[in-house]
Amino acid sequence: MARYIFQRIVYMFITMLLIATFSFFLMKLLPGSPLMMEDKLTEEQAVIIKEKYGLNDPVPVQYVNYLANLAQGDLGISFQQDNRGVTKILIERAGPSIQLGAQALIFGLAFGLLLGIFAALYHNSPIDYGSTFLAVIGKSIPSFVFAGLLQYYIGVKLGWLPVAFWEGFEYTIMPTIALAMFPIAIAARFMRTEMLEVLGSDFITTARAKGVNRLGVLFKHGLRNALIPLVTIIGPMAIALLTGNLVIENIFAIPGIGDTFVQAVMTNDFPIIMGFTLITGFLFIFIILIVDLLYGVIDPRIRLAGGEK
Amino acid sequence: MANKDYDKDLFVPLEREDDTSEKISRPSLTFWQDSWMRLKKNTGALIGAWVLIIITFMALAGPFFNDYGFDEQNLIRSKLPPKVQGLENIDWLPFQGTMHRTFEAETLEDAKEDAINRFKRDEENIEMTVVDDGSNGGPAIVDAEFDVYANQGFEDEYFWFGTDTLGRDQWTRVWKGTQISLYIAVLAAFIDMVIGVAYGGISAYYGGRVDDYMQRIIEILIGIPNLVVVILMILILSPGILSITIALTITGWIPMARIIRGQVLKLKNQEFVLASRTLGASDSRIIMKQLVPNVTGLIVINTMFTIPGAIFFEAFLSFIGLGLQPPVASLGTLIDEGFQSLQTFPYLMIYPAIIISLIMIAFNIVADGLRDAFDPKMRE
Repeated sequence: MARYIFQRIVYMFITMLLIATFSFFLMKLLPGSPLMMEDKLTEEQAVIIKEKYGLNDPVPVQYVNYLANLAQGDLGISFQQDNRGVTKILIERAGPSIQLGAQALIFGLAFGLLLGIFAALYHNSPIDYGSTFLAVIGKSIPSFVFAGLLQYYIGVKLGWLPVAFWEGFEYTIMPTIALAMFPIAIAARFMRTEMLEVLGSDFITTARAKGVNRLGVLFKHGLRNALIPLVTIIGPMAIALLTGNLVIENIFAIPGIGDTFVQAVMTNDFPIIMGFTLITGFLFIFIILIVDLLYGVIDPRIRLAGGEK
Repeated sequence: MANKDYDKDLFVPLEREDDTSEKISRPSLTFWQDSWMRLKKNTGALIGAWVLIIITFMALAGPFFNDYGFDEQNLIRSKLPPKVQGLENIDWLPFQGTMHRTFEAETLEDAKEDAINRFKRDEENIEMTVVDDGSNGGPAIVDAEFDVYANQGFEDEYFWFGTDTLGRDQWTRVWKGTQISLYIAVLAAFIDMVIGVAYGGISAYYGGRVDDYMQRIIEILIGIPNLVVVILMILILSPGILSITIALTITGWIPMARIIRGQVLKLKNQEFVLASRTLGASDSRIIMKQLVPNVTGLIVINTMFTIPGAIFFEAFLSFIGLGLQPPVASLGTLIDEGFQSLQTFPYLMIYPAIIISLIMIAFNIVADGLRDAFDPKMRE
């Protein structure tokens, strides 16, 4: 097991290095620099500015410096936002993104799992079909389309909730719902399948035969066993939340990391783009690692299979 | 228990008949016939398939239904609302070619003036109904309906989905955009399929060291989120149909490769393959006759799931400003443009949004249906 974890961490490191290298050289290939906007600089001024961003060194030296800074958690200086460090900007902006992501995850999981349980309990009934249909819709409709429509009908037409910005709890409701659509869909689908399988197994019949009441069977015997493989859907869900965050923050004008990134793309702010890329990559790899490890811990059959490797 | 004595006469010898127990009473079905039978029973999947067929047909033929070009600009006819022959007189349908707005003010005169100022500075072509004249203390409310077509002198023209901010026919643009979105998605899914099947197949079939190395590469690549790769690639390649397709395929083939590898690993040691090998079949014969037919179902299902993913990603890129550049349109760029003016001209976003949603839902349902049809054991 320890060997397996070590091996995984080595791979994780290689992947991160690959992402860092890849994004560094891609950014070097791109046209544009911090000087683009100010063509009236004298040569001396240009040299000073280039010095500040470390653009005077030959590319290999820049690359080594970049990696060295990276190791210390320094992601460089933003081109657009008044000399501010990218790390600082991203940390400042992380709050709303994390809150939004967490709310969507909790709401999505809770609602989705509930939907799935009901669908399984009332198998092949209108409730089941309704929940399946909702799951297909949630999985299919792009989050930005859904967010846009929500904003227009509930925010503008009906005026029930604030249209945009981030100034209190009621401002978080619409973005959370929009972001939670995908988690709801995945969780509902997943829960229905698992629950149907578990409810059909022998130990459930035994529990019923022994006279455990309906709710007891459902929660104590059914739900606990159905939840085991839940970790497998955490991966796709986390990715969906990360991706969704970009557009949803942009649509609802939420000052989070996703919105910062979209702005950076539009203004060619490379250090921010690279910083975001690295952080997303890191989160992504980290989540996959945790999921794989958790899965081994929870389900011994998989640990054995992984151990042999 | 005491044994009873039975009379021998009670027993009659069974008359021997031709043995029918091994007889196959129904014609034997091939894998595809069997799957097709199951698919036919799945109403949802059939509806989904029809929706896809209709949308594909419209994507190809729709732009020719009228004479407007997708990049034909005319600022005089910009932002005309949808208007459809025959449906223009039905009040509750949004195809009358008019703009509708309610105005509130202190007095009736003010409300009317607001309405006139909002649309055009004269009373022509505005039809106003007074909801509340303000005499009972409340504000005066006026329902105004503005005939934009008449006002701009386009009484005889019909723009079925309206026109965009540059006066381009939205109907033509929507179907043209559907065409491009589908093209990108299908092309990307096809490339993913070719690379994925080849990579996964080779990796599993040859096994040993080849498999080891190829799997190490996958393990490193799988960690890179495709969101990141796609965005970086678009930034250097500059947005275009081909560059978006390439960006989508860079990491897109990995899931397919993993699935195919798993399946081939399982298949290649099964008896029928061993039998074939014992009989002296060559590698290529085993691959073509034994392995490929057994993974075709999986390839089809997986490709069907890849396509909506690609459509989503293309639209997503457009939405964050990395999509196709005008005048070319895709569903993503149309939704993005529509979103900018959603509050004033909702029809610009609604139609492409409906179509993209329909495509995604249909693909997902059909893919689910195919999965159930190909392998009933996988049914959820």
